[in-house]
Amino acid sequence: MSVLVVAEHDNSVLRPVTLNVLAAAGEIGGDVDVLVAGHDCGDVARSAAAVGGVSRVLCADAPAYAHQLAENMAPLIVEVGADYEHILAAHTTTGKNFLPRVAALLDVAMISDIIGVDSPDTFKRPIYAGNGIATVKSNDAKKVVSVRGTGFDPVPDGGGSASVEAAGSEHDAGISDFVRDELAKSERPELTAARVVISGGRGMQSGDNFKLLEGVADKLGAAVGASRAAVDAGFVPNDMQVGQTGKIVAPELYVAVGISGAIQHLAGMKDSKVIVAINKDEEAPIFQVADYGLVADLFAAVPELEDAL
Amino acid sequence: MKVLVPVKRVVDANVKVRIKPDGSGIDLTNVKMAVNPFCEIAIEEAVRLQEAGVATEVIAVSVGGSNCQEQLRTCLALGADRAILVQTETEAQPLAVAKILKAVYDREQPGIVIFGKQSIDGDNGQTGQMFAALTGLPQGTFASNLSVTDGKAEVVREVDGGLQTVMLSLPAVVTTDLRLNEPRYASLPNIMKARRKPLDVTTPEELGVDATPRFEVLSVEPPPGRSAGIKVESVEELVDKLRNEAKVIE
Ligand SMILES: Cc1cc2nc3c(=O)[nH]c(=O)nc-3n(C[C@H](O)[C@H](O)[C@H](O)COP(=O)(O)OP(=O)(O)OC[C@H]3O[C@@H](n4cnc5c(N)ncnc54)[C@H](O)[C@@H]3O)c2cc1C
Ligand SMILES: Nc1ncnc2c1ncn2[C@@H]1O[C@H](COP(=O)(O)O)[C@@H](O)[C@H]1O
Repeated sequence: MSVLVVAEHDNSVLRPVTLNVLAAAGEIGGDVDVLVAGHDCGDVARSAAAVGGVSRVLCADAPAYAHQLAENMAPLIVEVGADYEHILAAHTTTGKNFLPRVAALLDVAMISDIIGVDSPDTFKRPIYAGNGIATVKSNDAKKVVSVRGTGFDPVPDGGGSASVEAAGSEHDAGISDFVRDELAKSERPELTAARVVISGGRGMQSGDNFKLLEGVADKLGAAVGASRAAVDAGFVPNDMQVGQTGKIVAPELYVAVGISGAIQHLAGMKDSKVIVAINKDEEAPIFQVADYGLVADLFAAVPELEDAL
Repeated sequence: MKVLVPVKRVVDANVKVRIKPDGSGIDLTNVKMAVNPFCEIAIEEAVRLQEAGVATEVIAVSVGGSNCQEQLRTCLALGADRAILVQTETEAQPLAVAKILKAVYDREQPGIVIFGKQSIDGDNGQTGQMFAALTGLPQGTFASNLSVTDGKAEVVREVDGGLQTVMLSLPAVVTTDLRLNEPRYASLPNIMKARRKPLDVTTPEELGVDATPRFEVLSVEPPPGRSAGIKVESVEELVDKLRNEAKVIE
């Protein structure tokens, strides 16, 4: 039995979520190989080879894979994945983009967003915005699975010495082109990997007021997130949205400020270890999941919190 | 150019669902059902393409039980010209839905197919991409902007790091994110008009598609419970608790 993990990276750095996917692969069992598909991505391949438990790193380095367009990635993964029983990737916007395409080309089902491995063919995954946890058994010979990072503790980064081999041919479907990226630049830790997250909602009233949260975030080394309402209102960019249809986070500490606690928001943060809610409405549903609730006006409480830290 | 919009009937987004006591699934008796919110956005986008003179006809298609007709009527009231129900009483899984939709695509030959990025019941996020694979079409997933010119579609995608723009040759597949548009409400006259718009019913068998399930849901359990903690009286007390009780800050 063997597992192929498709690495998450930006051609220069292996993204930490890959270590969580490798943990899921380890639970499935058997040899674990990593596919690094990109362009000028040798550093990523070397990083992957240094992770303990990885048997081989397969590197598909070609211009067609520079932006990991799904149209080109899918046939590559089908080719490289031919001899594997499991093909895994992170349930990120990259993995979600190409993996269903891979499954359909292979004529197998895909199991999305798993948070647990019961056996090599049976997995746990949230449904209905996390209101149910389904145990799902795949009856296909090949399993194509996306992994929720927060569902698995990462494998340690290091201690490995896998071989790196070139693999796969260049598939350029020629039907899609990358035009541009507008990536948010932030000095802060990445939302899904941060130890502390502080998020603002509609109660923040404006994008400018998010500076209040940044003051606290600076002191805690936290990432800053947001509710959908705050993103829709244009206070902050889309990549900050936490929830069923945004990012899933599970930090040690999650602080929700001016967020009511709709089920779709809870779906993205209720696995956090400790939840704090600051809201002026004592009936707000967020208090039903908060370990510590403070009924207060955020414009007074947040600056006070920054001073107290 | 025709635009095809696959829509799914799902539990209304505001319903707090209950799990059946025997753990066999979600209890859907007497629960309010609706058009999957992402599909509503897809219909809106298609109707806007028609209003802009880019699309000539908007076709809504759903795979599911006969009660999906309610949601298809809603789509017709929102501006779709006609609807197709592919009726099956066994729940079709994403791969089967994608195959069924491919058969519809082959018949209708639309220039764009607009999916929702995810159904809020199964949270799969697969069907659009699977359909794109089966038809060999390019895909612009998680779209927050779509512009169609000169036989190409430019799609702005909401990705984890921010935004990514891709250019796709037509025909193409698009899946909608929440910020693509704000769907309109159906007016009463349009709801009345929708009753007379065509709604065809077919079946997977008629389309020659094998919709056999590929995976089984063995059980559904409630998520680990999380109970309300305490209310603190002041910021000072909060910081003290976080430091000395929860020990999550220094
Ligand atoms: C298909 C679908 C998907 C969705 N996906 C997501 C998702 O991924 N993530 C997400 O977050 N939402 C999502 N939503 C939206 C969700 O249903 C809620 O609408 C949203 O989370 C509300 O955001 P909010 O709590 O910031 O705003 P509101 O519900 O308006 O709450 C604002 C809160 O701020 C408080 N407040 C106001 N002023 C102050 C003040 N001065 N001091 C203290 N408190 C104050 C108020 O008491 C209130 O509780 C989705 C919805 C749908 C239909
Ligand atoms: N039964 C169905 N009938 C029609 N369209 C569907 C169906 N299931 C899924 N879709 C489409 O595929 C999208 C993504 O669904 P999913 O892959 O289940 O998350 C939905 O928003 C719909 O556009």
